[in-house]
Amino acid sequence: MNIVVCIKQVPSTTEVKINSETNTLVREGVESIINPFDTYAIEEGVRLKERFGGKVTILTMGPPQADIALKECIEVGADEGILVSDRAFAGSDTLATSYVLSKAIEKIGDYDLVISGKQTMDGDTGQVGPGIAQRLGIPFVAYVSRVDDISDGKMKAERMIDEGHEVVEAPVPCVMSVSKEINVPRLPSLRGKMKAKSAQLTVWSAQDLGIEDNKVGLAGSPTFVMQIFSPKRERQSEMLEGSSAEQVSALCDKLSEMKVV
Amino acid sequence: MEYFLDEQQKMIKEIARNITEERIKPVRAELDEKEEFPREIIKEIAQADLFRVFIPEEYEGFGAKCLDACLAIEELSRGCCGVSICYAAVMLGTLPIILFGSDEMKQKYLPQIASGERLVAFGLTESGAGSDAGAMKTLAKLDGDSYIINGTKQFISNGGDAEIYSIIALTNPAKGVRGASAFVVEKDTPGFTFGKKEKKMGIRCSSTCELVYHNCKVPKENLIGKEGAGFIATLKTLDGSRPGVAAQGVGLGQGALEEAVAYARQRVQFGQAVSSFQAVQHMLADMATQVEAARLLLYACARTIDAGATNYTEDGAMAKLFATDMAMKVTTDAVQVFGGVGYTRDYPVEKMMRDAKILQIYEGTNQILRNDIISHVYKRKAMRP
Amino acid sequence: MSIHIDAEKCTGCGSCEPVCPFGAIEVVDDVAQIKDNCNVCGACQDACDFDAIVIERPAEEDAGDDNSQGVWVFAEQRNGQIKGVVYELLNKGRELADAVNTELCAVCLGHNVEGVEQLGKYGADKVYLFDDPMLAQFEDDIYTQCMVDLIRERKPRMMITGATALGRAFIPRVAAIIETGLTADCTGLDIDKETGLLLQTRPTFGGNIMATIVCRTKRPQMSTVRPHVFKKGTPEPGRKAEIIRMILDGKPTDSRVKLLEFIEDVTEKIKVEDADIIVSGGRGLGKPENFKVVEELAEQLGAAVGASRAAVDEGWIPYSHQVGQTGKTVCPKLYIACGISGAVQHLAGMQTSDTIVAINEDPNAPIFEVATYGIVGDIFEIVPMLTAKIKESRG
Repeated sequence: MNIVVCIKQVPSTTEVKINSETNTLVREGVESIINPFDTYAIEEGVRLKERFGGKVTILTMGPPQADIALKECIEVGADEGILVSDRAFAGSDTLATSYVLSKAIEKIGDYDLVISGKQTMDGDTGQVGPGIAQRLGIPFVAYVSRVDDISDGKMKAERMIDEGHEVVEAPVPCVMSVSKEINVPRLPSLRGKMKAKSAQLTVWSAQDLGIEDNKVGLAGSPTFVMQIFSPKRERQSEMLEGSSAEQVSALCDKLSEMKVV
Repeated sequence: MEYFLDEQQKMIKEIARNITEERIKPVRAELDEKEEFPREIIKEIAQADLFRVFIPEEYEGFGAKCLDACLAIEELSRGCCGVSICYAAVMLGTLPIILFGSDEMKQKYLPQIASGERLVAFGLTESGAGSDAGAMKTLAKLDGDSYIINGTKQFISNGGDAEIYSIIALTNPAKGVRGASAFVVEKDTPGFTFGKKEKKMGIRCSSTCELVYHNCKVPKENLIGKEGAGFIATLKTLDGSRPGVAAQGVGLGQGALEEAVAYARQRVQFGQAVSSFQAVQHMLADMATQVEAARLLLYACARTIDAGATNYTEDGAMAKLFATDMAMKVTTDAVQVFGGVGYTRDYPVEKMMRDAKILQIYEGTNQILRNDIISHVYKRKAMRP
Repeated sequence: MSIHIDAEKCTGCGSCEPVCPFGAIEVVDDVAQIKDNCNVCGACQDACDFDAIVIERPAEEDAGDDNSQGVWVFAEQRNGQIKGVVYELLNKGRELADAVNTELCAVCLGHNVEGVEQLGKYGADKVYLFDDPMLAQFEDDIYTQCMVDLIRERKPRMMITGATALGRAFIPRVAAIIETGLTADCTGLDIDKETGLLLQTRPTFGGNIMATIVCRTKRPQMSTVRPHVFKKGTPEPGRKAEIIRMILDGKPTDSRVKLLEFIEDVTEKIKVEDADIIVSGGRGLGKPENFKVVEELAEQLGAAVGASRAAVDEGWIPYSHQVGQTGKTVCPKLYIACGISGAVQHLAGMQTSDTIVAINEDPNAPIFEVATYGIVGDIFEIVPMLTAKIKESRG
């Protein structure tokens, strides 16, 4: 079974902090990491390969430095890495990104399953997975928390919805996004590290993929970031004073004014 | 200090460090409290190929270099010596097979050990035979194509949790230690059961257990090497494993030092961080120096072995003696730097201090090692250059 | 659109570097340089004191020129019941529709859906209703085709959908077919007075920054909005919507993804996203057993139990309880945070709560900045005391 896992290299957002005096982002020392939600997709790809055979190809779109992320995937069991990189892609939104990735998957050609994380840590949209499925004309299964079986051209899996879980069946090839519950991603192994060290990554440009210029980059992205700003805090805070008992009693008074108590 | 590690060694260090940070540190207090074997972590260690490190290349390993194995043990011990002994005990139990096993025996067992599919334990100590290994009573009697083993081994690390046991038993009691032989006994062999599980002061997540043999029948081909070679096998095995114990000491000392420095920086007394007091600074400086000195001795010893030295009993003994005495002192000082809270289980140094004690005791007490060292010193006609 | 640096004006002061959310501007040899990953968001332009950053935008297209009409709300239903988020979206949608003088429409796909007339009472002018047994459950291929065809036929200007599990899986496919822009998880929707464009504001970088996104050239302008971000309006009893029944003619009759079984989540007594009161615990609780103090207070108040990501990541409580950017967005009447420091990612999920009470040992914890009432103290002393006091007052 040939599995394609789509990943993204993102800034480690937990380290992106706001300088409270200047209200600007402090980015110093922020390293690039594999989008944490994608690590579950990589692990699931490797586990499915271990269960059903085949190989795992990691696909990412990004600057040339994203090759580090691909090598990290090989360290934890992936077989190959493909970097789709071109200046023409700069500024692509989710629509343009899913177009580029779907073109790359078409070029890979022989695939049975495409896996992505449920969303990225920086953008938080979760739109690229379904976008790819649509472009490829194959079904999409969101928030998969367990893969029961893949056989006879069908995948049986459990997905998370707001009210609980659903067991669904989808034909393969299909695209699925995985939730955090699906597995615990493994740590790098010695054989993986050695393989990653000597691994030859594939790099494809817009031309390699036969990409239409007006469908990527800023030109191919209908959405546009007009402004950014720090979240505002507008609430008037009141710190309750006194001993613990006094504070609790003051709070109870406030709550009963609100008719909660 | 720059130790000029090669690429593979750097990878091993990084992999083991990752496991310590991601998997061991978050649960070490709980594992200690519950005295629970760290099965999940061992799986992760296996998955990361660390069991392959001490296995020769021809048996699906990574070259069996002493320094490579020591780096893995050191990094795991930075997190928890209870976990690292589970790993190091596998190496200890595997050494007799690597050193003296037949090719068939190696083919049979080493790949399984390399993959981490089966764990190993080494059975030497008995209730009446600790430092005085020659006083052992376990017997192995040849009976046709099998040996019949009777006796009880005590304080066996990984006992009960390992699948493969390398044990020493007397095949010819009349000859004393010269009549000892080494055997592989697999778990679930009829007549082989587990006795008392010890309640320990430290390394509490590791299992330490009695092995009980009652008319336990093992096939003749499970004899490791020749009859009567058991005592030599033991000595060579311990020579090979002692750098591993030294690595536990270095890692533990390093871990305690890191905890103490971090705590001293954030703990405020008299309006300033305690790290700014010279009394604390000097303690931390001494701790750092001792850790580094032990590491140097260990790496030099491991490199001596990897370079092909044939007799390294003294080197290993010195490294183990120095590194484990250091670990005891550094962990004790770490508790002192923490003050009152360091004595509680809310912080890791209390456990580290408990864990340190066993390092001075097992695989040759530090007193026995001093005997070994001085006998080598006296034997030399001249001091080393 | 393009961006470049006027090297004459640039002093290399570097004040542009830290404000870039993408790390795409860097001072090299005393001149700022724009890197490949630049999104032309303009943050650096505002930060530059020397007007050295030049952004050339194409002439603004007037949204009024296009022939698209109407603000649409996807009226998601489950088991014939319209979801609460729909009424929240109708309230906001009404506001948007009025601002650009257009109609508000709801699109409902299902079978025997109850309370379709309610959609009118909550502000819809029209309801496009697909009623067919095949639509009773979410069938993504059929739903997608219905929606795409309807959008192509009626050309809405804007479309808002709840960012539910279903909405997030299905709407991006619609957007990909229509080839229009879609902005996920908006927390603010507004109309730009000059251009009439939909201003879609959403948290990004784990809630660390807010971005306002527009879709200039494609229609509809599509957004998803998490439940409880907007308030539900008050129904107007006499108000009616025109109900336009749609038929499934020529649509696929089969979905490739088939539902085999539904397993209800039973671990939660009261779902955090539905609760009027939430009591949440964080890292300050120290260990899983200590969630007991939070649960006891929640029980007294009839509240749901929430948690910070830290507590969920430690494995103290299941993910379904997580409140925050990567968990659930909540907007209860009362939110009590116990031992939660208030990382931005948590605040992003609860700061619109009516009243926030924060109890924390650390007086400098950021949670106090958003709290209505703050208590600095030991949670293991304060919280049980509060539980006892409430119990006492209720007799």
